[in-house]
Amino acid sequence: MYTQAMDTAPIEAGQPTANAQAQQHFDQVIDSQGYIEPQDWMPEAYRKTLVRQISQHAHSEVVGMQPEGNWISRAPSLKRKAILLAKVQDEGGHALYLYSAAETLGTTRDQMLDALHTGRAKYSSIFNYPTLTWADVGVIGWLVDGAAIMNQVPLCRCSFGPYARAMVRVCREESFHQRQGYDALMAMMRGTQAQRDMVQESVNRWWWPVLMMFGPPDSESPNSAQGMRWGIKRVTNDELRQKFIDATVPQAQVLGVSLPDPDLRWNEARGQHDFGAINWDEFWQVVGGNGPCNRERLATRVLAHTSGAWVRDAATAHANKAHARRQAKVA
Amino acid sequence: MSQPPSATTDTWMLWEVFIRPGAGLEHKHCGSVHAADAEQALHLAREVYTRRQEGDSIWVVPSAAITASAPVAKGEMFEPAADKIYRHPTFYQLPDAVDHM
Repeated sequence: MYTQAMDTAPIEAGQPTANAQAQQHFDQVIDSQGYIEPQDWMPEAYRKTLVRQISQHAHSEVVGMQPEGNWISRAPSLKRKAILLAKVQDEGGHALYLYSAAETLGTTRDQMLDALHTGRAKYSSIFNYPTLTWADVGVIGWLVDGAAIMNQVPLCRCSFGPYARAMVRVCREESFHQRQGYDALMAMMRGTQAQRDMVQESVNRWWWPVLMMFGPPDSESPNSAQGMRWGIKRVTNDELRQKFIDATVPQAQVLGVSLPDPDLRWNEARGQHDFGAINWDEFWQVVGGNGPCNRERLATRVLAHTSGAWVRDAATAHANKAHARRQAKVA
Repeated sequence: MSQPPSATTDTWMLWEVFIRPGAGLEHKHCGSVHAADAEQALHLAREVYTRRQEGDSIWVVPSAAITASAPVAKGEMFEPAADKIYRHPTFYQLPDAVDHM
């Protein structure tokens, strides 16, 4: 899964650099589509923007475990349960790859988690919607992870080396997520009318929030240009959204579901689909903390962290004891 | 192997993770994990980086134990090799009849 297009927050203010030569080298690397590595000089605004983007991406993976984790104990078969467990574990793994990448920029894991737990850091708006039925698990795989792939594939070429490398691993695993979701939905569509209705109802609920995952329209994304300049954003929000819609329409046909947009139709002249207006008020409400599940998601996350404190303490105590024993043996 | 654990801080210490994709290949850096000690670091690295048989051997190294060359020293470190083209086999023009030696 992935994070919101991160330009919902203002770009970090740029500081005039004291080192014109270093800036020049940085610009050259960016212009030649090269990579910046952690120890290289980089503008402070680039560093801060990346820390925010990568950590919020990581937070999205962490919180993203909740909507699907909700169905692990009620998966309809052992096969689906094993698949869902593997998928949710992957999301946790993605978070760890990303935190690891962000830490190379000089931030600590504690600082990042603290930002999440105190509500200072954002995560993708999509995870503030509830998973009401089993079909939601399939739809998240098909549409939410499908949108994530659209967004993350260009990030495999992002200018910051550790982020790009983490994205390569994430994208490889994300493909399993999308396919297992579609597969689960196909099984339901071959089932009873009630099961088919459940899939359709779920698609109806998720379609618009999924389109919002690509972030606000380009006309309202003033930071896109800077992100593009820095090579940490490769394709604009609207372009990605269009690409996703064009890819999804035939998939919906094969599955046998309709997409809940009366204005959705092929535009021969553009060679793309036209689609209806997105309710951006809803998007900003959810981003602002007033989505259906914002409070529940954050509370669950904080509870998981605080109730896991004894495990962390125990591991530290064990490591200290073992170390002391080894030291005593040596002495 | 006995690394002093990070008992005094809230955060477990940071370990760099190296995975060997298979026998006959070298270990390659793939990321990092936080862990209280080396054993736990191995365990967590397995969960985080080898869920799909990405390797058959893992090294974990305390991040603080790594000494890296400085990016500013790139020139003096690596540029001297640039003009030593005679170190490459392609420097030597041989007759066609023996060029595949």
